Amino acid sequence: MADNLNGWLWAALQTLLFIGGAPLLAGWIKRLKCHLQNRAAPSLLQPYRDLAKLFAKDLVLAHDASWIFRVTPYVVFGAMLLAAAVVPLVAIPLPTAAIADVIVLVGFFALARFFQALAGMDIGTAFGGMGASREMTVASLAEPAMLMAIFTLTMTASTTNLSVAIQYILNAGLVLRPSFLFALLSLAMVAVAETGRIPIDNPATHLELTMLHEATVLEYGARHLALIDWAGMIKLMIYAVLISNIFLPWGIARHLTLPGLALGTVAVTAKLALLAVLLALWETVLAKMRLFRVPQFLGFAFVLSLLGILTHVILESAL
Amino acid sequence: MSPLILAYVAVAGALLSGVVALAADRFPAALRAGSFSILGIAGVTAVAAGGWALLTGTRTTAQLPFGLPWLNWHLRLDPLSGFFMAIVGIAVIAVSLYGPGYVREYERDRHAHQATPDASEPQARNSLAALGLFTGIFVAGMLAVLLADDAFVFMIAWELMSVSSYLLVAYQHDNPANRHAAFLYLLLAEIGALVILLAFGVLAGFGGNFTFDAMRAAHLSPAWASLAFVLALFGFGMKAGMVPLHVWLPEAHPAAPSHISALMSGVMLKVAIYGLIRFVFDLLGHPQWSWGLTTLAIGTATAVLGVLYALMQNDLKRLLAYSSVENIGIILMGLGLGMIFIGTGHPVLGAVALLAALYHSLNHAVFKTLLFLGAGAVLYRTHERDLDRLGGLIRRMPVTAFFMLIGCFSIAALPPFNGFVSEWLTLQAALQVPALSSGVLRSIIPIAAALLALTTALAAATFVKVYGVAFLGQPRTRHVAHAREVGLGMRAGMGLLALLCVVLGVVPTLVIRLISPITQGLLHLSPAGATVRGWLWLTPVSPHVASYSAPLVVAAMAFTFLAGYLLLHRRARSARRSDPWDCGFGGLNARMQYTSTAFAQPIRRVFAPVWQIDEHVDKVQTSAARYTSMRHHLHVADWSWSAVYLPIGRLVLAAARRVGRIQTGSIRIYLAYSFFTLLLLLWLIT
Repeated sequence: MADNLNGWLWAALQTLLFIGGAPLLAGWIKRLKCHLQNRAAPSLLQPYRDLAKLFAKDLVLAHDASWIFRVTPYVVFGAMLLAAAVVPLVAIPLPTAAIADVIVLVGFFALARFFQALAGMDIGTAFGGMGASREMTVASLAEPAMLMAIFTLTMTASTTNLSVAIQYILNAGLVLRPSFLFALLSLAMVAVAETGRIPIDNPATHLELTMLHEATVLEYGARHLALIDWAGMIKLMIYAVLISNIFLPWGIARHLTLPGLALGTVAVTAKLALLAVLLALWETVLAKMRLFRVPQFLGFAFVLSLLGILTHVILESAL
Repeated sequence: MSPLILAYVAVAGALLSGVVALAADRFPAALRAGSFSILGIAGVTAVAAGGWALLTGTRTTAQLPFGLPWLNWHLRLDPLSGFFMAIVGIAVIAVSLYGPGYVREYERDRHAHQATPDASEPQARNSLAALGLFTGIFVAGMLAVLLADDAFVFMIAWELMSVSSYLLVAYQHDNPANRHAAFLYLLLAEIGALVILLAFGVLAGFGGNFTFDAMRAAHLSPAWASLAFVLALFGFGMKAGMVPLHVWLPEAHPAAPSHISALMSGVMLKVAIYGLIRFVFDLLGHPQWSWGLTTLAIGTATAVLGVLYALMQNDLKRLLAYSSVENIGIILMGLGLGMIFIGTGHPVLGAVALLAALYHSLNHAVFKTLLFLGAGAVLYRTHERDLDRLGGLIRRMPVTAFFMLIGCFSIAALPPFNGFVSEWLTLQAALQVPALSSGVLRSIIPIAAALLALTTALAAATFVKVYGVAFLGQPRTRHVAHAREVGLGMRAGMGLLALLCVVLGVVPTLVIRLISPITQGLLHLSPAGATVRGWLWLTPVSPHVASYSAPLVVAAMAFTFLAGYLLLHRRARSARRSDPWDCGFGGLNARMQYTSTAFAQPIRRVFAPVWQIDEHVDKVQTSAARYTSMRHHLHVADWSWSAVYLPIGRLVLAAARRVGRIQTGSIRIYLAYSFFTLLLLLWLIT
């Protein structure tokens, strides 16, 4: 029982590390992008300052805002908190990982998105409805691709539990599986779409008509906006951790010992920092797509993950 | 005392509620107070009977001295029929709470018509007695289908259910669209019933008898078994709304009064699913994997097309009807997976898939009934079904809006609500494909699962649209802006179902434990792994493969809210209200909101080939740069109508014309026909 309690304590600590570290990752990406685009870069800690500033402000609500509008930020943050608790960040043996498997994780994202779209439509402005409609469209195309990518992994590891799957991949050692490559590419493309990055959506846009995600949160301010922004950073980090810890799990702590955890922290920091460089490069090189090109982008992701499944069935089933 | 006696009481109660309602044309209170309370008692009894059969896992059989001389009525209540009986009972209880308030609408109509004697047929319009009588027969018919243990009782009960529901669809027959819908429904229901009869005929031919026991004992060659399966799938699929046999469903369900729509969509479709399960898993026995693949393919198509059609609807009740098609698709996917796993020798995995399908049947019955009752509440207060004329109802009808929100969460498969659990179970079943040896199955099933994910995501979009357009934003018409909350009884009916949505979502392990006697009865095993780690953890295959803990999800959400309240809300000053962002132009009004059509536009463009879209803009131009008016036309139609039904209709007409040639109208020629037929028959006999 004491061991069990210990596990839950570590899991809580890791979740805190997750949500505490998410703004740092966002700041690092922003800094890299500024450097790449020859702009003066803000401090690495700028996202924390922004959040602190927003938390301190007084709340202003639109006249027609109902209780759904006020509840949404907490639901969105809660869903991301839960999702962060489930994903192994620095160590594998987490009791929280059993709360939800990868499919439930997708469900948490859907929950947050549903509320955010409703909040967008709550005020009754055109932008909110537009954002909600686009967000739901993109999500409905991204979700099957994501699930197919996950299926490729789970067919190899025969589990949807993240801890068990990562353990399996670590145990199997360095095996080059073509299906994993396809799944990795597909998952990366889905991650770009789901977290609202270029070329699907521009997180830094100020033009309402080009907004996807931002249009649904246009009416938010103060602590509500802070929670939603923070949740967005956590979501980005979740995808980054998923990609790096599933496809390159090496370094993650297998047991809850101090040296192992320290190594795990260092390893995951390095992996995320490197992944951020790739994302910043990608966002600098590409331009935002027209909305009706997005189905092709996500369709490509779906086809990639389909190829992943087929290569798994054809080539790797003997392994 | 046995569960079967309770079931008799439920059937008799439903019939009695119909009889009591006969007085309703003279005393409207007879329907409101008498008929609905008896119906409610019948519902409670049905739940008790079903629950008893489920909890004890027993089967009770009986023979009643009715029916044909050589074939008495065989009745039987086992866990499977008990489960579906409980589903019917739950919906009936909710409807009987809701009904008394809702039928006031029709009373009011009647008085309005009696006040104006020049209205064409004031007595025939909206007879409350007819409404109550047919409702009672309808419910009794559904319950009797579940009790039937021979094909004769089954078909009689099935026809009672079909015909009484036809009369309910035709209830508001002053509207030609409703008459057309009812006729279409009756036509397809009867074709379906004939095909079911043929399916029973195949089994009875081998079993030698029309009792289900004889059919179970029959040994069929694989080809005959496949034929029986195809007939059953067609017949029951017709009733369940399987694509492309679904066309009657979006016409008929919205045409009925809302509480009847709720029963039809929520429960009657489940009775068809019950028929399919009973036929394939019980009477036929050993399902072949090719049947499973067929069912899976049809189910996937039904789910994806159903949700895509639902997304394009602007009529709230039509949208819900199409969404029922989608959910039937998901249930069929679960059944198909079950047949595949059982057919390839993995009965434990088959049991998981079957449980997923059963769980989704229960969930869909609960949330679809809730949503139809909610749509009825909106209709009752605003007289609007068109989403683009609603809006802002969350402020005018807060309680209805809250219950509808729970229904939308459930149907959109969001954790921790009930729709999520059953779709998660279906996906988990699909993920067990590595157990199969066939490479084809292993690559097809994941694609079906990905399409299930697409369906779920599109369903979420559909219900964001429904809720966002109808309940959020600003009211789009004046009478919607002055809508009032509905009465206590109607709220209670919806509240009961909303509570069930939450309970079924949060403690799935208990539900699984409750319904596992069904697989015990059908497959002689139960997925013991599902609840191996206690009530907190749902582990359909084993804890290592996947687990989900809804109670902990709820706890974490509650923790977030508590923390948010303590750390943020309590400390802050109260919020200031202000105008929303209008780009600095000012003058935002309700017409500038996104409409239901606008919301669905991106998806309409992405999946354009799925519908038959007729879209054009009429412009009236006075000079090169000025338009005086512009009109946008959009008509989105179902392909299956023009691709399947119209050709069949034309074919039938052409054949009839050919046959018609022998009808000359002259009696001598007809006598000659008779004479030569007689000669031919005599020659054949000798």
